[in-house]
Amino acid sequence: MLNYLFRRLLLGLAQLLGLVIVVFLILQAVPGDPVRIMLGERVPAEYVETVRERLGLNEPMLTQLWTYLTRIVTGDLGESVTFGQSIQTLVASRMEPSAYLITYGLLLAVIFGGVLGVFAAVRSGTVADFTLRILATALLAMPAFWVGLVLALIFGIAWGLFPVSGYQPGLVGAFRTLTLPAIAIALSLVAVVLRTLRSSMKRVLDSEYIEAARARGYSENRVLARHALRNAVTPTISIVAVVVGFLIGGTAVIEQVFSIPGLGSLLVQAVERRDYPVVQAIALLAGTVVIVAGLVADLLQAALDPRVRNAIRNG
Amino acid sequence: MSEHVRDDELLQISDLRIGFGAKPGEASPIVHGLSLSIGRGRILGLVGESGSGKSLTCRAVMRLLPDGGHVLSGSVIFDGRDILAMSKSEVLAFRSSEIGMVFQDPFSSLNPTRRIGSQMIEAIRNALNLSKEDAERRAVSLLEEVELPNPAAKLRMYPHELSGGMRQRVMLAIAMAARPSLLIADEPTTALDTTTQAQILELLRRIRDVDGTSILLVSHDFGVIAEMCDDVAVMYGGFIVESGPVEEVYLRPKHPYTKALIASVPTLAVPERGYRRPTIPGPPLGTTPYASGCPFAPRCALARPECEDVSMTLLPVASAHTSACPFGGE
Ligand SMILES: Nc1ncnc2c1ncn2[C@@H]1O[C@H](COP(=O)(O)OP(=O)(O)O)[C@@H](O)[C@H]1O
Ligand code: SF4
Ligand SMILES: [Mg+2]
Repeated sequence: MLNYLFRRLLLGLAQLLGLVIVVFLILQAVPGDPVRIMLGERVPAEYVETVRERLGLNEPMLTQLWTYLTRIVTGDLGESVTFGQSIQTLVASRMEPSAYLITYGLLLAVIFGGVLGVFAAVRSGTVADFTLRILATALLAMPAFWVGLVLALIFGIAWGLFPVSGYQPGLVGAFRTLTLPAIAIALSLVAVVLRTLRSSMKRVLDSEYIEAARARGYSENRVLARHALRNAVTPTISIVAVVVGFLIGGTAVIEQVFSIPGLGSLLVQAVERRDYPVVQAIALLAGTVVIVAGLVADLLQAALDPRVRNAIRNG
Repeated sequence: MSEHVRDDELLQISDLRIGFGAKPGEASPIVHGLSLSIGRGRILGLVGESGSGKSLTCRAVMRLLPDGGHVLSGSVIFDGRDILAMSKSEVLAFRSSEIGMVFQDPFSSLNPTRRIGSQMIEAIRNALNLSKEDAERRAVSLLEEVELPNPAAKLRMYPHELSGGMRQRVMLAIAMAARPSLLIADEPTTALDTTTQAQILELLRRIRDVDGTSILLVSHDFGVIAEMCDDVAVMYGGFIVESGPVEEVYLRPKHPYTKALIASVPTLAVPERGYRRPTIPGPPLGTTPYASGCPFAPRCALARPECEDVSMTLLPVASAHTSACPFGGE
C-alpha cells in the first residue's frame, strides 16, 4: 500500500505540473497581442509596454514558464489587470459560495444517487426499478441551466420557498441561497451515480460470493452492507471523481442563472474583460480540484479493494 | 408420502418440482417430481450431465433458488422439519448452523475484498455466539482441520493470494464452522487440477468419518462418485433415472443413461493412441423443453415407441436399487 501511495502521489504531482504548463500556454495561445487585447485599442503604447513588462511577457517563453512555475509554487497568483487587486484577494472573496455550491451538489448527487442506485439494484426488474431508470434517462437529458430556471420559477417565485438570486454567507444563508442551484447542478449527476451504482451493484449481487454469503445464513441487510455494497462502490468512486469535474463546470453556468458571486461568475466576467491572468488562476484552481479528486478516488479504491493495489504493483 | 420417512434418514426430498417463471403459476418445470434421501453420516452422490438440474436441487434444499425459480410442489424434510415450510428467520438459523455448502468455483466464492480471517470470523460469529478472540482461535483450528499450513498467516491473506485448492479448503472450513449435520458440495473439484481434486475429495471423506457429517456430493463425473459415495442418484433432464448403493449401480447399471455415463468415465490407465473416450450421442440437454415420457429417448440406443408413455417412476431392480427405465434391463 505504501508503495502504491508513493507512486500515485508522484503521478498526481506530474498531473499538476502538466496542468500548470497547459494553463501557462493559455496566454501564449491567445491570437494577436494578449496585452493589447486585454487593455483595448485606446490605451497608449507605452502603457501596453509597461503592463507587458509587469506580466513578464517580453521574456523568452521558457524563462516565462520558469517564472510562472516558481510563482505558482510560492502561492503567488499575480495581479489582475482589470479588477485592480491581487488575484489571491479576488479569488478568496469569491471562493466561499462556489466551494459550498460544489460540496452541496456533490452531497446531493452522492446521497440520492447512492440510495436510489442500491434500491434500484435490489428491486431490479420491478416497476420501481423501471420508473427510476426512465427518470434517470430524463434527468440526463435536462440541461442544468434549464432545470435551474424551472426550479427558480416553481420553488422561488410561485411558492416563495427560496430566494432566486444572490448569496448570503454563513451556513444558514448558504443553505437558503444555494439549495435551488445545488439541486439544478446535481440532478443529472444523481442520474449518473444512480446508473453506475445500480449496474455494479447488480453485477456484484449476481456473483457467487454473494450466494455463498447467503448460504451461511447471513441476513439480507448484512449481505448488502458487508459484502455487496462495499464491492459495488469501487467503480462508482471513479465516476464520483468525474462528477466533481462536471460540478465545477456546472457552477459557471448556474452561478450566472442565480446571480451568485462565486468563482464561476468571476470566470465569466474575466473572460468578458479578457483578463487572462484571472482566467488562468481559476483554470488552475479548477484543474487542481479535479486532480485531487482523482487522487482521492484512486487511494480510496486501493484502500477498499486489495486487487486494485495488486494490479498496480504487478502492472 | 410421509409413510416413507425413516428416522435414520437426515434429509428426505419427496416429489420436488422446481420451475422458472414470473409467478409459480406460470413457471415451466425444470425438475420434475424428484425424490431422494440421505442417511445420517452417509455420502450421497448426485450425478448427471450439465443442465440436468443438480444445482437447482441443491439450491432448493438451501432455500436459495435464483430469481424466477419456484418450488412448485413437494417437501424437503430435514431432521423431521420441512425446510420448505420454514419462516425466513428459521431459514437463516438453519443455513448458519445446520447445513454447509461448498461451491463449484473457489475463485469466485470468497469475497475478493475481505481477508480470509475476517470472512471466517464473520461466519463463525454468525453461527455461534463467540467473542472475536474465541472466533479467531476457532478459525485457526478450522484451518488446521482442513490441513492448510500456517493457518494464522492465512487469516491475514486475501483470497487472490491463495491457490484454488487452498481457497476450496477455506470454503470447507467456513462450511464446517458450526459442525452442520449436512454438507452440500456442488461440483467442489470441477475447477481444480486432478492432484488437488484428489486431496479435496480425501478431505471431504475425512470430514464425514470424523464428524459423521452427511454429504450431498454433486458431480458430472461418475468416477468421482464411484470413489467417494455410499449411495448414488443419477439425474437426467430433471428426473432421477436410477438410484441405489453406489457399488451396485456402478457394477450393475440398469438405466441406459447410467450405462452411457459410466462408459464415459476415463480410466486411470494411459489410453492407447487413437483412443477416444466414448461420449453420449444425440442432442445435449436443455435444447428442447420436456413434454412427456422418457427425456433420454432422443439419445437412447434402446428407444422404442412405448418410451413416449413411460411414467418415469423409479422401479425396483434389486434391494434399494431402482431405475426409471422399464426396458433397460433386457
Ligand atoms: N436462473 C435460471 N433461470 C432460468 N433457468 C435456469 C436458471 N438456472 C437454471 N436454469 C435451468 O435449469 C436447468 C438445470 O440447471 P442446473 O440445476 O444448474 O443444472 P446442473 O447443475 O445439473 O448443471 C438449466 O439447464 C436451465 O435450463
Ligand atoms: S425408457 Fe426408453 S428411451 Fe428411456 S432409457 Fe429406457 S429405453 Fe431408453
Ligand atoms: Mg451445476
